[in-house]
Amino acid sequence: MPIDNYIFLSLALFCIGIAGVLTRRNAIIIFMCIELMLNAVNLLLIAFSKMHHATAGAVNPDAGINGQIFVFFIMVVAAAEVSVGLAIIAMMYRNTHSVDINFLNRLKH
Amino acid sequence: MNSIITSAVLGVIMMFSGIFLKKNSSIVLLAILAMVALLAMAILEMSGFHFFPVETHDMLYFDVFGMFFNCIAFAATLAFFLLSGRDIAAIGHNPGEYFALIFFVLCGISIASSFNSLLMLFIGIEIFSIPLYILTGSDKRNLKSNEASLKYFLMGAFSTGIMLLGIAFLYGASATGSFFLEDLGIGKNAGSPMMMTGLILLMVSMAFKVSAAPFHFWTPDVYDGAPTVVTSFMATIVKAGAFIAFIRLFKDAFGDLKHNWQIFIAILTFFTLFIGNITAVFQQSVKRMLAYSSIAQVGFMLFSILGLNVMAQEGILLYIAVYSLATIGLFAILTRMKDFSFQAFNGLARQYPVAAFSATIFLLSLAGIPLTGGFMAKYYMIASVMETGNFFWLVVFALLCAAVSVYYYFKVIQAMYFKEGPSQELELSPAFNVLLISLALLIILLGVFPELLIDRLHIIYI
Repeated sequence: MPIDNYIFLSLALFCIGIAGVLTRRNAIIIFMCIELMLNAVNLLLIAFSKMHHATAGAVNPDAGINGQIFVFFIMVVAAAEVSVGLAIIAMMYRNTHSVDINFLNRLKH
Repeated sequence: MNSIITSAVLGVIMMFSGIFLKKNSSIVLLAILAMVALLAMAILEMSGFHFFPVETHDMLYFDVFGMFFNCIAFAATLAFFLLSGRDIAAIGHNPGEYFALIFFVLCGISIASSFNSLLMLFIGIEIFSIPLYILTGSDKRNLKSNEASLKYFLMGAFSTGIMLLGIAFLYGASATGSFFLEDLGIGKNAGSPMMMTGLILLMVSMAFKVSAAPFHFWTPDVYDGAPTVVTSFMATIVKAGAFIAFIRLFKDAFGDLKHNWQIFIAILTFFTLFIGNITAVFQQSVKRMLAYSSIAQVGFMLFSILGLNVMAQEGILLYIAVYSLATIGLFAILTRMKDFSFQAFNGLARQYPVAAFSATIFLLSLAGIPLTGGFMAKYYMIASVMETGNFFWLVVFALLCAAVSVYYYFKVIQAMYFKEGPSQELELSPAFNVLLISLALLIILLGVFPELLIDRLHIIYI
């Protein structure tokens, strides 16, 4: 399958993520949309990794492997980010009893 | 490698210091000693003593520029600890942890100043962003701090997503499938649409991190909501760290494709200068004014990416040193005050002449008045662009903006010296005053002899 299809699929997923971040009001859903963006990138990296392997694999059997390693790093960092992010959302819930980001308008004055 | 490993280890030590040390003052003292050790390690590293021989497979690349930046950032953090250590410990109940998080941020900054692969860029930026989300929300009972932290977190994670998409495109466009900076801008795909998309996405996300307009909208709210000491750290050292990553990325990876992307940086610079300076004029609170002023200062720093020559490298280090010291000093005074409006500064000069005098020097330096370091820093930035011969219109515009900035900086000086105000109780100890005045003298010294700092960049160590 040509690489274009993978690019279109990843971009579609990424754009769904962006649309969610921009339109939803619930902090948890926004957070899920950000995760969707990261996973779209993971898919794209894997597709490119296979592409590089297909073009240069005959010369160098390791070609394209670093794209897949990058994906592991993204997963690990995303997990670290989730742990901090959920703690922040829980902290806000304790104080306001809501996870609605319309609460975020207090600072604009 | 010294600074990366030492800062991480010291962070862990600080994290557990709360078990053994019960008094806040002893934790602050330990943090200051740890910071001195870290600074010594960074200076030794620059002089050629590497204590941790780690095989990095070229993922990290230690050049004088990055190592010297580490020294400047650590020295500024030391000044920050000395001035505001007590206030950091007073944010909440776990003083050791705030210092630990600051050390982890410094670890991320030292990775971001020495990356040679996009993987390390990503890791470095995440290592200094994630502790900052926590520090921003460290005043847990305060709604404004909660809000700032959530907003910063969502914006930061969003911009990370954009950065990763950019990295993925650059990886796809690179000829051999590698993340190394030297492989990115070359090959048959150099300048292809896919590569340019990746480059622009990366530029957008870096603009988010250094808060360049039009991607600055989170900055004033986050800086305003975060505890004042944390704002001081975010607006100076962290911003400088993100900026060094920005300049390294565009110099090492895309320096040859300059003509394709320079116009976008010029547009960013234009908007940053314009929005930062004009909005700062209308602010009622000094803390918020300093947030906008930090955006305006980024506009000047962006000139170094337009220049990309030796003068730009020298200038950005001078700029970071002078800007960080001045802003840290101002925030240290601001932290001790109860309200942040311009009226609160009325008549400060009569009651606290030393603090008012040093604040005046800091403000003059930020405005770029000759004889202060800020003037020389701005001069270097503009001269580096003039050397390339392009973007003359932007230089003229920057000078106009610098003139506008004089208005809002002088509003504080005017309040301190020419207005009457009620007397207020500020806790300014003699040691604090001595530190403030020595920071102010240092800024003047750098303004008169900038080569004291800059020449260090050109010494070859063996």
